[in-house]
Amino acid sequence: MSATIDQSATPLEDVPERATLRSATHDYLTRVRGGDVGSLPAIAGFVFLVVLFTILRPDQFATKLNWANLLNQSAAVIFIAMGLVFVLLLGEIDLSAGYTAGVSGGTLAVLMTLKGWPWPAAILAALVVGVVVGLLLGLLVARLGIPSFVVTLSAFLALQGVLLTVIGTGGTVPVRDPFVLSIMNNNMSPVLGWVMWLVVVLGYTLVELLGRARRRKAGLASPSPLIPGLRIAVLAVLLGLLVYLFNLERAVNPAIKSLRGVPLIVPIAIVFVVVLGFVLKRTRFGQHIYAVGGNAEAARRAGINVNRVKIACFMISSGLAAFGGILLVSRANSVSPSTGGASTLLLAVGAAVIGGTSLFGGKGRIIDAIIGGLVIAVIQNGLPLITQRAEIQYIVTGLVLLLAASVDAISRRRAAASGR
Amino acid sequence: MTTGTVSPQGDGQQPLLSLRGITKSFGAVDVLKGIDLDCYLGQVTALVGDNGAGKSTLVKGIAGTYTFDGGTYLFEGQPVNVTSPKAASDLGIEVVYQDLALCDNLDVVHNMFLGREETSGIVMDETTMERRAQETLKSLSVRTLKSVRTSVSRLSGGQRQTVAIARAVLWNSKLVILDEPTAALGVAQTEQVLNLVRRLADSGLAVILISHNMNDVKQVADSVAALYLGQLVATVRADDVTTGQIVELITTGRSGELGLAAEREVLR
Repeated sequence: MSATIDQSATPLEDVPERATLRSATHDYLTRVRGGDVGSLPAIAGFVFLVVLFTILRPDQFATKLNWANLLNQSAAVIFIAMGLVFVLLLGEIDLSAGYTAGVSGGTLAVLMTLKGWPWPAAILAALVVGVVVGLLLGLLVARLGIPSFVVTLSAFLALQGVLLTVIGTGGTVPVRDPFVLSIMNNNMSPVLGWVMWLVVVLGYTLVELLGRARRRKAGLASPSPLIPGLRIAVLAVLLGLLVYLFNLERAVNPAIKSLRGVPLIVPIAIVFVVVLGFVLKRTRFGQHIYAVGGNAEAARRAGINVNRVKIACFMISSGLAAFGGILLVSRANSVSPSTGGASTLLLAVGAAVIGGTSLFGGKGRIIDAIIGGLVIAVIQNGLPLITQRAEIQYIVTGLVLLLAASVDAISRRRAAASGR
Repeated sequence: MTTGTVSPQGDGQQPLLSLRGITKSFGAVDVLKGIDLDCYLGQVTALVGDNGAGKSTLVKGIAGTYTFDGGTYLFEGQPVNVTSPKAASDLGIEVVYQDLALCDNLDVVHNMFLGREETSGIVMDETTMERRAQETLKSLSVRTLKSVRTSVSRLSGGQRQTVAIARAVLWNSKLVILDEPTAALGVAQTEQVLNLVRRLADSGLAVILISHNMNDVKQVADSVAALYLGQLVATVRADDVTTGQIVELITTGRSGELGLAAEREVLR
């Protein structure tokens, strides 16, 4: 009766096999061949672009000042992209995130400069505005079932009008509050930079060790220690390089004003990546986001409140867009009718997708927004150094976004083909 | 009209699930016209019937997706009111639907615990989930999965079916309902899944198997319940009937002595 037919199958042994560095590499290559390329194209693209621009414009591109510049340019887009990851994971889209950032930035500027609010209250208000926008979008998408494309395209237009209303007839509202300006313009002291490095590397190591200890206690096999060891080493080297470079003097004339240290936005971004990554990978809520994006009907039947997950994701997305808006204000010292407009949103979507988050839902990570955002930043920063012609810059940026979407679509087809 | 009142395996054992006179209509259409059905622990009950006979409605009613209009629903001898899928799974009733309802992007463990993830504090307890998933698969003698951390998108049809069934038995379930589990599978994988179905019953669960495939029914079922246009026309021991008789029951509602009374006899 129980003659099990066992072809094409490796037995599940009593002691599950332990992943070695070799088998892990093999697994990874199989996944890549099967279409699951992750952030690989983005990292390759980043390295390629940096090398290309460095060769073409060695004096302008690969300077210390420009590296800091590049981070500042991309910060707002990266934060908006982090929010978009949540919505993209559901297989939805938020086209209004750019102007949500604009409206939140406008709220911040108007409350502080024209109404005289203190910065904590104004920042809180700006974030609340973003979350409320997200709540409205989420309700329309989840409860009424309007496609998110249509809802957020309408919001894209409407919020543009709201931004004009908030700012009023003046056109531009300046912001002079030192705290708000410090977010994008100040640096950590060099020593603090290394402290941050130590905290991040040690923290990551500790999490890995605790995870292994827990698995051992439960009698489960852990992968070979070489695999997390390698990851920790790569993290330590890359972050160390970043801290080292930013700790060098980068002012044109240091005698007047010294300019060194890691920009403040870096530790802020790290905190966001850790917290949001934790939410996505370690909590039930995060698990349910992936489930809804993978198969909404299955999630519903499993008792997951699909609508609530959707609404929450739109709120998180717009909340992060609001934070991006605060960064835009901090960097520009002001808000104008075009804040968060133009290509902001498309660059943010591009950042998430280039980083490896799928437009089809169910696949993506927070770190994708950072990796993709840096690729976008290099293009945005490097292209003008090569050609001043705006038409070429637009076309190239457009083609890069299209390329990323193609990689996403092709990898999905390959995954479907290899899924038997 | 007489329905086949063969009580194939009463043997004094109390049925786990006992339905009497179940009715359900959608508007003017009577889909279920007084169904009597018993399911026993340790036995596979095959539910057969043509398209539109009412199989899906009956199963969805048992699983709480629909509520029956009339009749009594006894579970472990007690009358119960199953008004939601949640109420059904609280009783220990799990359904594996034909589309399996798996998330391709999640791994085997996360699919098995979908919507019921173990947590410690606010963090998902991955080690407990992984251990329980492995134990469940082992208890079902599943040897076809290399790793429980494999993404479901990389599994074959038979392996997916296995994961879906393992998910259904993970929760101390007593009754597992399988909707055409072999419909989309090849020969070898069908064999695997049927063996698994048999093992479920042998391990003491009650199983309802919906199938269009008479070979599957003959191979794995203990009893066969045939539905014809909303009526349960016969419940027979699988060993007592031939494939041909089951087909007759499905298509005409009777087969010789079994099923609905022949119209000529009624006229006479």
